Amino acid sequence: MIIKKIKPGFIIVILSLLTISAPARAELTIDITLWLDNATRIAVVPFEWRSPSRIPLKMTDVISADLKRSGQFAPMSEADMIELPHASSDVNYASWRNSKMKYLVIGKLHSLGRDAYRVQFQLLDVEKGSQVTGHSFQATSKQLRRLSHHISDLIFEAITGERGAFDTYLAYITVTKDRKGQKRYRLAISDSDGYNEQILFESSMPIVRPAWSPDGKKLAYVSYATGRPQIYVQNIFTRQTQRLTDFKGSNLSPSWSPDGRRMAMSLSKDGNAEIYIMDLSTRKLHRVTRSYGVDIEPAWFPDGRSLVFTSDRGGKPQIYRQSVDSRGGVGRAQRLTFDGVENLRASVSPDGKRITMVHNIGGQYRIAVLDLEADQLSILTEGRLDESPGFAPNGGMLIYATSAKGRGVLAAISSDGRASHKLRLQQGDVREPAWSPYKQD
Amino acid sequence: MVIRNKLLIIGLLASFGVACTTTSETSSDAGGQQDASTDSRDTAQDQGAINSNPFDDPSNPLSQRVVYFGFDSDSIKPGDRDIIIAHAQYLSANSSEKVVLEGHADERGTREYNIALGERRANAVRQLMTLQGVASSQIDVVSFGEERPIAIGHDESAWGQNRRVEILYPSH
Repeated sequence: MIIKKIKPGFIIVILSLLTISAPARAELTIDITLWLDNATRIAVVPFEWRSPSRIPLKMTDVISADLKRSGQFAPMSEADMIELPHASSDVNYASWRNSKMKYLVIGKLHSLGRDAYRVQFQLLDVEKGSQVTGHSFQATSKQLRRLSHHISDLIFEAITGERGAFDTYLAYITVTKDRKGQKRYRLAISDSDGYNEQILFESSMPIVRPAWSPDGKKLAYVSYATGRPQIYVQNIFTRQTQRLTDFKGSNLSPSWSPDGRRMAMSLSKDGNAEIYIMDLSTRKLHRVTRSYGVDIEPAWFPDGRSLVFTSDRGGKPQIYRQSVDSRGGVGRAQRLTFDGVENLRASVSPDGKRITMVHNIGGQYRIAVLDLEADQLSILTEGRLDESPGFAPNGGMLIYATSAKGRGVLAAISSDGRASHKLRLQQGDVREPAWSPYKQD
Repeated sequence: MVIRNKLLIIGLLASFGVACTTTSETSSDAGGQQDASTDSRDTAQDQGAINSNPFDDPSNPLSQRVVYFGFDSDSIKPGDRDIIIAHAQYLSANSSEKVVLEGHADERGTREYNIALGERRANAVRQLMTLQGVASSQIDVVSFGEERPIAIGHDESAWGQNRRVEILYPSH
């Protein structure tokens, strides 16, 4: 049995940074609407738990749900498992081959006393009858959920070769009505599966467009707290908040540069909405666009040398690309979208090869992906008013806002459009999602 | 240069607008304040007004404080010009009055584009008002995009009511 020893305490240190002060809530629930026909069959066997006390978390449920949500895996249900091995020496490979499993995950959860646990797992290749990977960790009960997502990431990467994005956050806005019918807007984050919701900011005035800093530690957002839209930045761990803009008009569309030093934004201080880049250390503004139309919703390419943005300079809103340097815009903007009545709110895939955007086709607003090399557009969704698309940090999934039964919900879809799931609130609307970058701790 | 000339023209038009309003008796009556003399109150009643406050008098254009727009458009509809001009004349005759032009959009399109679109609508109203001689310091513009709909619905009858600019007097 080969189990890679990770430095003891490694995970503990990382996770303690993440323990956010507010009480954990689980308000988002998930509905998986379809998944791939050719999804990889995997059995995640419940981990051994020998202590007479209650198991602190059924980690294998979290791992199975993660793998299923990706659309790339079809985890076996526990009820269908004939044997529940916890060590590779106990695995009867022939039996798992008979149930057509390609991979098997087995492991153990031990209590070390005083809220400390050891978690061991192994990923086994059923056909080869051998181990693919294995790890051992130590964690507190509070850290077991995050550790489950981390294990999902390790399994996902070992099998697909692509980095997993389960141990990430979602940021979003919720809107509920109080007893008097007054709207409450909340800026919230949760784990990528909707658990552990944390409210970062709450207001009776609208909040829009949360945007993650590249290190995943800060969120920029637009709040009407002063009566008009202004850009704020909040550290999600310390909750320290600062207002970044105080210009007249609308201050919208914050988007951090890939190096985290600059922020693109749309300001209407000079009459109509134009794109600017703010140097975050000096607060100096560099103007990027000069057009008669509305220029809004900038998003960076990963090399930090150009932006996509929405402009209606040609009549209807379409997506343009503009080169930028430290002084602002360089050269002319190039129009990227020609299909559809309108195209809005683009964001760029982590590899810079695709953009996703809201695509108006016949009055229906849908999420589309444009392959920039092949110049090929794919429409991924079938909603009436789908909004706010953005890529997961591995580019494999997209998150967006849609509606279901008259309520705003979040939906995630694989970037090939073949698997999707929805996250909804018990009550009220959830909208404006933004998938966090990889955690850097 | 171009911008300078434009400003000059706006300036000329604005002073013309002021001249118009100050010589127009009816419009300053229409814009009369609540503490107006009994005489003007009688005049208002003679004209068939139910209420002396022009903002509550349905026959007075000042009672209309919402103008509506077409899809993805910031063009003021011909029928709404008179409403905006009446407010502009009231404001230029009452230079201490302030107005907030609140822009709104329907739910279609993205939230931030709709904020920009609502702002463009409010700016179109602002421009017509300043052409009538209202000082820009009297006008504040704010757009809520699609965040504050009047009508909840997903069809043109709801959308049409939501694509609007509200003319709000904070002091009233």
